[in-house]
Amino acid sequence: MAEEAAVRAQAETVRRLKQDKADADEIAKEVAKLLEMKAQLGTDEGKHKFVLKTPKGTRDFGPKEMAIRERAFKAIISCFKRHGAEVIDTPVFELKETLTGKYGEDSKLIYDLKDQGGELLSLRYDLTVPFARYLAMNKITNIKRYHIAKVYRRDNPAMTRGRYREFYQCDFDIAGQFDPMIPDAECLKIVHEILSDLQLGDFVIKVNDRRILDGMFAVCGVPDSKFRTICSSVDKLDKVPWEEVRSEMVGEKGLSPEAADRIGEYVQLHGGLDLIEQLLQDPKLSQNKVAKEGLGDMKLLFEYLTLFGITGKISFDLSLARGLDYYTGVIFEAVLLQQDNEHLEEPLSVGSVAGGGRYDGLVGMFDAKGRKVPCVGVSIGIERIFSILEQRLEASEEKIRTTETQVLVASAQKKLLEERLKLISELWDAGIKAEMLYKKNPKLLNQLQYCEETGIPLVAIVGEQELKDGVVKLRIVATREEVNVRRESLVEEIRIRTSQC
Amino acid sequence: QGTRDHAPAQAALRERLLSAVVSCFKRHGAAAIDTPVLELRETLVGKYGEGAKLIYELKDQGGELLALRYDLTVPFARYLAMNKITKMKRYHVAKVYRRDNPATTRGRYREFYQCDFDIAGQFDPMIPDAECLKIVHEILSDLQLGDFVIKVNDRRILNGVLAVCGVPESQFIPACCTMDKLDKVSTGLMGRHFWSWDGCLRLGSVVAVLVEKSGRYDGLVGMFDAKGRKVPCVGVSIGIERIFSILEQRLEASGQKLRTTETQVLVATPQKHLLAARMKLISELWDAGIKAEMMYKKDPKLLKQLQYCEDTGIPLAAIVGEQELADGVVKLRDVATRKEVRM
Repeated sequence: MAEEAAVRAQAETVRRLKQDKADADEIAKEVAKLLEMKAQLGTDEGKHKFVLKTPKGTRDFGPKEMAIRERAFKAIISCFKRHGAEVIDTPVFELKETLTGKYGEDSKLIYDLKDQGGELLSLRYDLTVPFARYLAMNKITNIKRYHIAKVYRRDNPAMTRGRYREFYQCDFDIAGQFDPMIPDAECLKIVHEILSDLQLGDFVIKVNDRRILDGMFAVCGVPDSKFRTICSSVDKLDKVPWEEVRSEMVGEKGLSPEAADRIGEYVQLHGGLDLIEQLLQDPKLSQNKVAKEGLGDMKLLFEYLTLFGITGKISFDLSLARGLDYYTGVIFEAVLLQQDNEHLEEPLSVGSVAGGGRYDGLVGMFDAKGRKVPCVGVSIGIERIFSILEQRLEASEEKIRTTETQVLVASAQKKLLEERLKLISELWDAGIKAEMLYKKNPKLLNQLQYCEETGIPLVAIVGEQELKDGVVKLRIVATREEVNVRRESLVEEIRIRTSQC
Repeated sequence: QGTRDHAPAQAALRERLLSAVVSCFKRHGAAAIDTPVLELRETLVGKYGEGAKLIYELKDQGGELLALRYDLTVPFARYLAMNKITKMKRYHVAKVYRRDNPATTRGRYREFYQCDFDIAGQFDPMIPDAECLKIVHEILSDLQLGDFVIKVNDRRILNGVLAVCGVPESQFIPACCTMDKLDKVSTGLMGRHFWSWDGCLRLGSVVAVLVEKSGRYDGLVGMFDAKGRKVPCVGVSIGIERIFSILEQRLEASGQKLRTTETQVLVATPQKHLLAARMKLISELWDAGIKAEMMYKKDPKLLKQLQYCEDTGIPLAAIVGEQELADGVVKLRDVATRKEVRM
C-alpha cells in the first residue's frame, strides 16, 4: 500500500511539473522515475501472487471427508464412553523441554516454534507425553481418559500412503495402580470393539511383552547395551523379511550371527495360551526372571481375554516389538488382514490400525519426586481408518450426505420470499433442520434440483392458494408424492417422516 | 503460558457447549470443513493488519516457512480459492492461535476455540446476512446466557458518516480503529478485532454479554484468487471462550456437579473370587452397547464399589454374588433410591 501511495505521489509530482511548464529535462527525469516505480509495483504484485496450497504433508478436510470423519469418530467415541472414559484436552504446543528426550531418534521430527521472546515451545508429537505431563502436573493417580486431537511430525510425507505431517491421533489410556492385567485386558477389548463396529474387515491383534522380549534377547546372548537397538530391528519384521532384519542386526548393529539365529527361532513363533505354556516350559526362558514375569502376566491376560470373548482375534506374537522406548510391559498392535485395494498398497504394507501397551515409567519422568503412575493405553490409527472408509465409499457408489437438512422451504410462485422466511423461521425455532435458497424468486425446478443434489428428503412448498387455505404442501423428494399439511401440524409431520428414514 | 489443559469437568462442559453451537449450524444446513493448524506464512502475511505481529511462527527448520492459523476466515478464503468454489455454506469449529498477553479474567487465551459459520456466494441481497443474525440469536437464546443485544452497522454507513463530518479519506481506517475502542472504554467489553481491508463492508456486532465478531468481508477471497474473482462472503464467529467462562462460573456458583462420564451401570461383586463372573457379565453388557464399568480389583469391597457410583454419578449397579450366580440372576440396584431388584 505504501508503494501505491508513493506512485500516486510521484504521478502528482509529474502532473504538477507539466502544469507549471517546468524544465523538459526535469519532467523527463520524473516521468522516468514514475515509470520505474510503476514497473516495480508490477513485480511486487507478481511476488505477492503466491501458490495457493496447504503446507507440505497437511490437507484440508472438505465436507465429504468431514462426513466420513464424523462417522468414524462417532463409532470410536461411543466405544470409549461405553467403557466409562472421560475426555481431556491439552494445548497443541508443549514446552520444548517437556518433549525433549522422550522420543529417541524421532526427536528430530519435532516442529519447533520460532523464538519470539517467550518460552520455547514445540508442537506435540503425540498425545501420550502430554498425558503423562498432565498427570504429573495435576498429581493425578488414577484416570481413564480418551483424547482425540491432531499431532505434528516433520516426517517425509507420503500422502498417497496416508502418511502426513499433521494427523489425528485417537488415544485411550488407563492410569493408576490396579490389580495386574485387568485394565490391559480392557484396552484390548476396546480395540476389538472399535474395529468390529467399524466393519473394516478381518483383523488380528498381536500381543507381546517388553519383558519377554528383553528376556529373550538375554537368553539369546544379546549384550544389554544392544537391547534397544536390536529391538528396533526386530520391530521391522512386519514390513521386511527375516533375512533382511538378520543382516541388519549382524552387519550394521554388530550382533553375533549365533545370537541372531537364536533370535530367529523365537521370533517366528505365534499362537495362544498353548504357546505361552510351551514357553513357560522352555529351558532357557524359564531360567530368565523377566521373561518368566512377562509370560506369567501374558497367561493372566489371555485368561481375561477369554472371559471377554475375544481370544479368537488375539495372537501372542514374539516378533512384535513396537518402536517407542517407553513401553515397560504388554505391547500390542492391531492389523487388518485383507486389503480391498491391493493395487494401492505396498506389498508388505503394514495394515496396522491400532497399537499400544503398558508404560509404567513415563509419568515418573515428569514428576518432581519421580512418583510413578502406571499406565496402559492404545492409540487408534484413525488416519488409516479414514483412508479405508474413503476408499470404500468411493467403491460402493453410496452417496454420503454432507448436511443433515430435513426440509427445504420452497415457493412455487414469485413474490413469496417473505412467506418463505416466516415459515423457515418457525421450523428453525421448532428445531427442524431447514434450508431455503437465497433468491427472491427462485424457480421451483431449481429448488427441487437442489434437494436432489444435496439429499434433502422433504420440501415444504408455499404457494398463494396454500397460504389462503392455511396449509403447506409437503413433497417427498424420493417418491415425488405431495400432501397438503395444515400449517400447525407441519412440524410434527416433518418429525414423523424424518424419523422413519 | 496462556494455554490450559481441559480437565474432564471442563472438557465435558465444553463438549456440551460446542455441541449446542454445532447443532444450530447444522439446523441451518451448513457443511463442516477443517483446515490444517499450520499454514504457509505467505498465506497469512498481509491479511491481518495490526494483528500480524500476534501470529505464532514456526522456526525455520529448513523447509517451508510456516505459522499457526490466527483465525478460521483466512483459511476459509484460501480453501474457496484453492477449490474454485463460488458458493458454500460452511461451519468450522476449531482452535486458533494468537500471541497476545492473555488477560485471563477476560477469557482471552493464546489457544482458543472459534466457531465460525459463513455463507460464500453471490445471492440476492441481505438474505444470507439475515440468516447469520438469526443464527447468532438462536445460539445465544439456546444457551440461556441472559439478555443480549446484537448491534448492527455497515461500513458504508460508517464511511459516509466520517465523510460528512469532514474526515479525510486517508484517515478513515485510523478513525474506525479509534471508534472500535469505544466499546472497550465505555463498557469494559473487549472490542472487535479490526481488519484493515479496503472497501470492506462490515456489520459490526457486539453482544451485550460476550465477544461476538461477524461481518461481511467481500474483499478477502478476491485477494487470493489469481484472476481476482471476488466471492462475496458473510459470516459469524462465535466467541466461545467467553461463553465458556460464563457457563463455568455459573456452574461453580450453583454447586451443581456435571458428570464427566456417561456410564449407566457399574458391574459389582460383593464377595471374593468373583472376578471372572464380573468380567463375563460386563462383556455381555458392552457387547449389547450398554455403558458399563467395573473396578480394576480382583476382590473389591461392595461398599467401595457403591461409593464409586455415588462419586461419579453412575445410576445403577449390577451386583452378582455367589447366591445370584447359583440362582442365575443379577441384582440390579438403583444407586439413588437404594432399591434392589433381582432379574
